[in-house]
Amino acid sequence: MRAPLSWIKEFVEIPKQVTPEQIAEALIRVGFEVEEIIKQGSDLTGPLKFAKVLSIEELTEHKKPIRYVGLDCGDGSERFVICGATNFAVGDVVVAALPGAVLPGGFAISARETYGKTSNGMICSGRELGLNDDHAGILVFDQSQAPVGVDAIEALQINDVVFDIAVNPDRGYALSMRGIAREVGGSLGLAFKDPVDGLRELTFPETGKGVKAKIDDKSTASVFYLRTLSNFDPSAQTPLWMRRRIEKAGMRSISLVVDITNYVMLELGQPLHAFDKSKIKGGLTIKRASKTSKFVTLDGQERTLDPDDLMVCDDEQPLSIAGTMGGQYSEICESTTEIALEAAVFDQVCIAKNSRRHKLSSEASRRLERGVDPYLPQYASARFVQLLTENSSAVHVATVIDGKPTLPNKITMDPEYVSKVLGFAVSAKDVAQHLRTVGCEVDEKSFSVQPPSWRLDLHTPADLTEEVARMIGYDKIPSVLPPRPLHATLTPSQKRRRSISLYLANQGFAEVQTFPFTNQATIDSMGFVGERAATYKLANPMSDELPLMRVHLVPGLIEVASRNISRGAKDFAIFEMGSIFRGSQVLKPTISPQLGKRPSPKDIEAIFASIPTQGFHVAGLLVGKIENEDWQGKARSFGWQDAISYVEEILDLCNLQWSVARSDFAPWHPGRCAEILVDGKAVAHAGELHPRIIAAYGLPERSAAFAVALNALPPSQLVRPNTVGTMPAALQDVALIVDEGVNAKDVEEALRKGAGPLLESITLFDRYDKIGGGKISLAFTLVFRDPTRTLTGEEISAMRESATLMASKACGAILRTA
Amino acid sequence: MRAEEISAWVKDAQEACASAKDLNSLKLVRTAHAGDKSPVALASRALGSMSAEDKVVFGKLIGEAKASISEFISVATKSLEAQRDQKILLEEVVDITLPVNRGHRGGLHPITIIKNEVSDFFIEQGFSVEEGPELESGWLNFDSLNIPADHPARTMQDTFFIEPVESGMVLRTHTSPVQVRTMLTQEPPIYIVCPGRTFRADELDSTHSPVFHQVEGLVIDKGITMAHLKGTLDNFARHMFGPDVTTRLRPSFFPFTEPSAEVDVFFNNRWIEWGGCGMVNPKVLATCGIDSEIYSGFAFGMGLERTLMVRHGITDMHDIVEGDIRFTRQFGVGL
Repeated sequence: MRAPLSWIKEFVEIPKQVTPEQIAEALIRVGFEVEEIIKQGSDLTGPLKFAKVLSIEELTEHKKPIRYVGLDCGDGSERFVICGATNFAVGDVVVAALPGAVLPGGFAISARETYGKTSNGMICSGRELGLNDDHAGILVFDQSQAPVGVDAIEALQINDVVFDIAVNPDRGYALSMRGIAREVGGSLGLAFKDPVDGLRELTFPETGKGVKAKIDDKSTASVFYLRTLSNFDPSAQTPLWMRRRIEKAGMRSISLVVDITNYVMLELGQPLHAFDKSKIKGGLTIKRASKTSKFVTLDGQERTLDPDDLMVCDDEQPLSIAGTMGGQYSEICESTTEIALEAAVFDQVCIAKNSRRHKLSSEASRRLERGVDPYLPQYASARFVQLLTENSSAVHVATVIDGKPTLPNKITMDPEYVSKVLGFAVSAKDVAQHLRTVGCEVDEKSFSVQPPSWRLDLHTPADLTEEVARMIGYDKIPSVLPPRPLHATLTPSQKRRRSISLYLANQGFAEVQTFPFTNQATIDSMGFVGERAATYKLANPMSDELPLMRVHLVPGLIEVASRNISRGAKDFAIFEMGSIFRGSQVLKPTISPQLGKRPSPKDIEAIFASIPTQGFHVAGLLVGKIENEDWQGKARSFGWQDAISYVEEILDLCNLQWSVARSDFAPWHPGRCAEILVDGKAVAHAGELHPRIIAAYGLPERSAAFAVALNALPPSQLVRPNTVGTMPAALQDVALIVDEGVNAKDVEEALRKGAGPLLESITLFDRYDKIGGGKISLAFTLVFRDPTRTLTGEEISAMRESATLMASKACGAILRTA
Repeated sequence: MRAEEISAWVKDAQEACASAKDLNSLKLVRTAHAGDKSPVALASRALGSMSAEDKVVFGKLIGEAKASISEFISVATKSLEAQRDQKILLEEVVDITLPVNRGHRGGLHPITIIKNEVSDFFIEQGFSVEEGPELESGWLNFDSLNIPADHPARTMQDTFFIEPVESGMVLRTHTSPVQVRTMLTQEPPIYIVCPGRTFRADELDSTHSPVFHQVEGLVIDKGITMAHLKGTLDNFARHMFGPDVTTRLRPSFFPFTEPSAEVDVFFNNRWIEWGGCGMVNPKVLATCGIDSEIYSGFAFGMGLERTLMVRHGITDMHDIVEGDIRFTRQFGVGL
């Protein structure tokens, strides 16, 4: 909302010493963000005169049309200037900047030679004067509006301050000078003069029969004023002051009738729509479109009406999309002599839907969907008649009304409530006083508060408390810490996530966060199938390329890796921690329990249950070398074993017992993929990425990845440690020959089992696969220790033999002899 | 055997030690002058055949000579060893400024860092950290928060809807549904913060992202006032932006709070819009089954990206969302 200070001042007397900055501060204080203070004309100095065009000489020898124009600037002589615009004729009045003038941007005007002539000044466009963005032509006026020789800076009221104000959606009333001026007055403690006061009793004589007005369904519109006027001379001009105010408010001057509808809307906040009465068959009715049809709006666009659209129709067809945009057919045109002026308050939701369906956010719809004072149709339409009859030959014919305005419900409150909410004492007297400032009527005995008709947002004591707080100033609220619990802590799973991400970062992983969107092609390229490929689709994705929710973290990491590689990175590790959205259940409409009371436990449970489970994973991607190669020599590449090792480390951090098993799982290499199990359940996968994926995404060969389903990990148990033994340890090496298909883990398990309880640790220190005959050799170091005494040679040998015996039973291992 | 002979041996040994250039030649000196076949060793053996009187005299002389020779060799050894060590250590000097760390530099994403920072601050204040699902029911995301279906407030935030649209499922537009979940499942007093990922259908540009993070706070207790809100925000702002920052509340509008406010922070000599806040709307309390005659509360919410960008002077959102490791690595683990 753009509000010129000169217009605000019409309704609040602001002392001269109050600066625009102080006014902006005052608005901010009461909740209106001032996005910009535009000081029009501050960098403009005259002389700037209205001048009459006496002669035009077309200079045709140039690439573009150039005119040599003779002007009467009111000083008794003809002044010649060069002009590149052509939108004027002899007899028109234009604005001439004379030598000595400085236009916005420091553009100094002087007499100069150009196009072979002496140009003794300049004819100005709206943009050159900083009035608007119009540079299509120069400003042209009618002689009746712009007396020749008069100072145009003064006459065009160029020197003004315009506030660009952001209005919150609950404050529709403030999308008007009336509303803004009231807030400025309230904030600065200055008296406010309501422009509606002079309109309340305004009536017009009936001189004929007016167009009928009807609201088909009172739930779609509450009040409908229809004023019929005739005898309008369409050549009537918009007075200069009105045109300037409309322009300062950011709108364009179009024609007198349209300008007055806009002027009144800006002044009071009531959108008006003027129809060419000659196009109306019968009366006007506010009703739903009820069927699909084509409709051309006055912006020339053909639109398809939805049966639910709220329309203003005559007896034959829809003429206007209610409160949103008029139709081309019945719009005011150059031959209009009879006018039907609509002023209505439509249902906010109906207008919001109209506007959304047609993607049409107009000045009218913005106000109506935020709510318009239901008493305004009467006053605003009267103001229209007043302005039109004053500025043209039009006469009022008749006024037809349907519907009746009502006041918002009264609110009874305990004035103490205000202090309780704000945290400092406000007396009942002050509460009443501040509520009156915003327009409420307050009965201080019962503390029954009647909100004003324009405050459709005031329903509860909490709403009134905000009004009081605004008027006192939020800066008066003291700063006090609340009483609060003595103790809080992160949950075990929150702590776990912290530890894991810190561990990975310390291991050289860079954490990334990717958007959780994907597409079918990506899911397919990873080889995900069945439950692991099923996900949810966005109804309105950012792009048609990414319509699905991700089912896995690795594809996002691959994309990020590719981006890093394309920017020159070669060797790195990245990880992400986040949600995934696997699910094949069809989402059913959820229940919407009644508001204002707690839903039943069953309903609460039903709502929670309706939301699909969302997994929480951590995944890592290992690309290139495990270290940076440098003067110290080569480094080995990341491999499948590193991916598995990070998972093991993560599970160790969580103090969980895990086991590793071979797996064949997308998106990993089927021969180089491990699943890691906790309590017999696979909670993670790791290994080398599938070569097809590595090739498809251009990753370095042997890139490896892991993914851990953090949500699937059981809670960690309290550690009950074994006593640390201080007796000497006995080391025993065994080398075993097994078939090459035997897993090292199985051999180790067998040794462990056979070795008995005194085995402290076991390490595979060698793996030799060059024996041939389909055999490999695995060599282990076994460490034995008894916590209470030194083991004898016989005992150690016995345990070693028992271990190898078990390995030979379980895995067919043969002791390798040197 | 004469006494002069013995003292000559000592003198010879002394000279030999002095002329030994290194430990190897000293070894030869030791063999020649103190070894089994050295003159003193031979003389010592010859003592056996001497008279008792001579034995006493020469035994003493030879013993003294042995001790002296041993001392010369010991001194020479120490000196030569020191020489050798010094030489080797000099040869082994390295350039300790060489780049030695081959490891990849890791780092937490700055959003994780700031999320941890916020969580830790509020944990210290006695608040718990609550979380909730990102794919959320519309009832929890909107209706329960006093945002009815066609309220203009719903158009304020462009929502991602999940198919089928009738399901009412959305990607949460704020972390406020976590507040509702907490109020529906816990009894007051409630002191929580909910950091988390949120979604709005904004185009990605230098200051907006369709996927971003918020932290919201909620307090429900007896006698909670807007002064407590202000106090909490002041404390929070000082923690995030430094001890000297001041905050300002401005009236605003949110359907779920009444009165509502914007909170600004005066940072680097200008007012920065930081977030929204207010007293929990009694309508929301009622829907959550909390008696507003007994309890009142406040809520606030800020964008983590915005907080991060303002505090660290980051000017382009792309850096935060693109996952370039060069960006993340600059933050380390935020210590």
